[in-house]
Amino acid sequence: MENEVSTGTGRVKRGMAEMLKGGVIMDVVNVEQAKIAEDAGAVAVMALERVPADIRAEGGVSRMSDPDMIDKIIAAVSIPVMAKARIGHFAEAQVLESLGVDYIDESEVLTPADYSNHIDKWKFTVPFVCGATNLGEALRRLTEGAAMIRSKGEAGTGDVSNAVTHMRKIRSEVMRLSSMSADEVFVAAKELQAPYDLVAEVARTGTLPTVLFTAGGIATPADAAMMMQLGADGVFVGSGIFKSGNPAERANAVVQATTHFDNPDVVAKVSRGLGEAMVGINVADIPVHHRLEDRGW
Amino acid sequence: MSSVPVIGVLALQGGIREHLDALAKSGAESRPVKTSEQLHDVDALVIPGGESSTIEKLARKSEMLEPLREAIKGRMPIFGSCAGMILLADRVVGAIEGQESIGGLDITVERNAFGRQMQSFESGIAIMGIRDSQRDFDGVFIRAPWVLETGNGCEVIARISSGPHEGRIVGVRSDTMLATSFHPELTADYRVHEMFVEMVRNL
Repeated sequence: MENEVSTGTGRVKRGMAEMLKGGVIMDVVNVEQAKIAEDAGAVAVMALERVPADIRAEGGVSRMSDPDMIDKIIAAVSIPVMAKARIGHFAEAQVLESLGVDYIDESEVLTPADYSNHIDKWKFTVPFVCGATNLGEALRRLTEGAAMIRSKGEAGTGDVSNAVTHMRKIRSEVMRLSSMSADEVFVAAKELQAPYDLVAEVARTGTLPTVLFTAGGIATPADAAMMMQLGADGVFVGSGIFKSGNPAERANAVVQATTHFDNPDVVAKVSRGLGEAMVGINVADIPVHHRLEDRGW
Repeated sequence: MSSVPVIGVLALQGGIREHLDALAKSGAESRPVKTSEQLHDVDALVIPGGESSTIEKLARKSEMLEPLREAIKGRMPIFGSCAGMILLADRVVGAIEGQESIGGLDITVERNAFGRQMQSFESGIAIMGIRDSQRDFDGVFIRAPWVLETGNGCEVIARISSGPHEGRIVGVRSDTMLATSFHPELTADYRVHEMFVEMVRNL
């Protein structure tokens, strides 16, 4: 019997994200950090040249990482490797696909390359994750072919408040949709600025059709546990681990807290003796035009 | 065994919800299992897909590895998909340093054998022993392992039927254990879960 073998299908792309659920994806800038992350139980690593905290501190244009650095990390670990492309920079995404990364993050943490359009993600075999601050934004990214959504938060700050806002916002908008009568969903689609079919699907099922992770400002085990209780399917940790006093211990603690998010005894136990957390920046102290949540449209 | 068996899903990391749903739709009562106490309250267990190295570490730190091995020795029926297959294999090729498997199934599994996410694929496969088995099953393979060899008491129930990996073993069972390289929980076809529920009922 001849059976067709299909790669890059919606099921394979979204299914990959389903398999990351309940896990922690960690930003790493070199092989040593990637190995620490893998040993701590990360479900994947995000290879990038500078963590968001350093991008903030150093400023300038932030771009896709050096292919050599990504290659080395792919060679060093056996867990999935993700990498970031600038918003709208489809050629960076093409390069990352040719390197064989497992997921591309079209990320507001890098400097946007296109202030009108995001990448047409349907053209790729590799799946994409995109950030969102609200349901309409999440559904627009899905329309463009994203297979996984994460909250944006305010990366590189260690301030979890924006991640909380985004997660609560997305969840409450989903709940609001699911309580609407059919005739109200038409207007909801207009207001959300998202295609009617996708809006109607969310209204019917009461859930996003993809996995929803949280990201941006998560720095402690309790941060991770709170975001999971707010309905996140899993956690991205950027600067929070490798900008802290004891990365290996903290990485392990965040992994444990993400799995046992509903058990305060475990979260308390793993929170002990972690040393210094990353030095934080209050989101309110960041000039509005330097905030990442407004990047992406 | 009661006609509606209680089947747990190891709920440390991975595609837990999908297995809970599929089991509930296949005639079982399903519930998440995170602790050894919860393990004692179920008739059978599913180890879901996910990241095998992560699930193994979480199981070790939650002091679940030994209780799981004891349960398998005591002939508790277990089904593992993808990462679950790796964790049930007696021998693993390509494991990360220090990664232990739970073991119990006399097979050798190669981790990420089909390649990275770019090579993840869907393909129709024939599975022996499921209901309506002449109809192909939609196999969803995500950074999937394959079985290099099977030992005593293991029966091959599925192989890749075409393409570059034709003939590779992707499904095995023994009298109490079932393992697949692919993810039946990601489809709305419950025949593999039904077969497992049947195995549990018949023990």
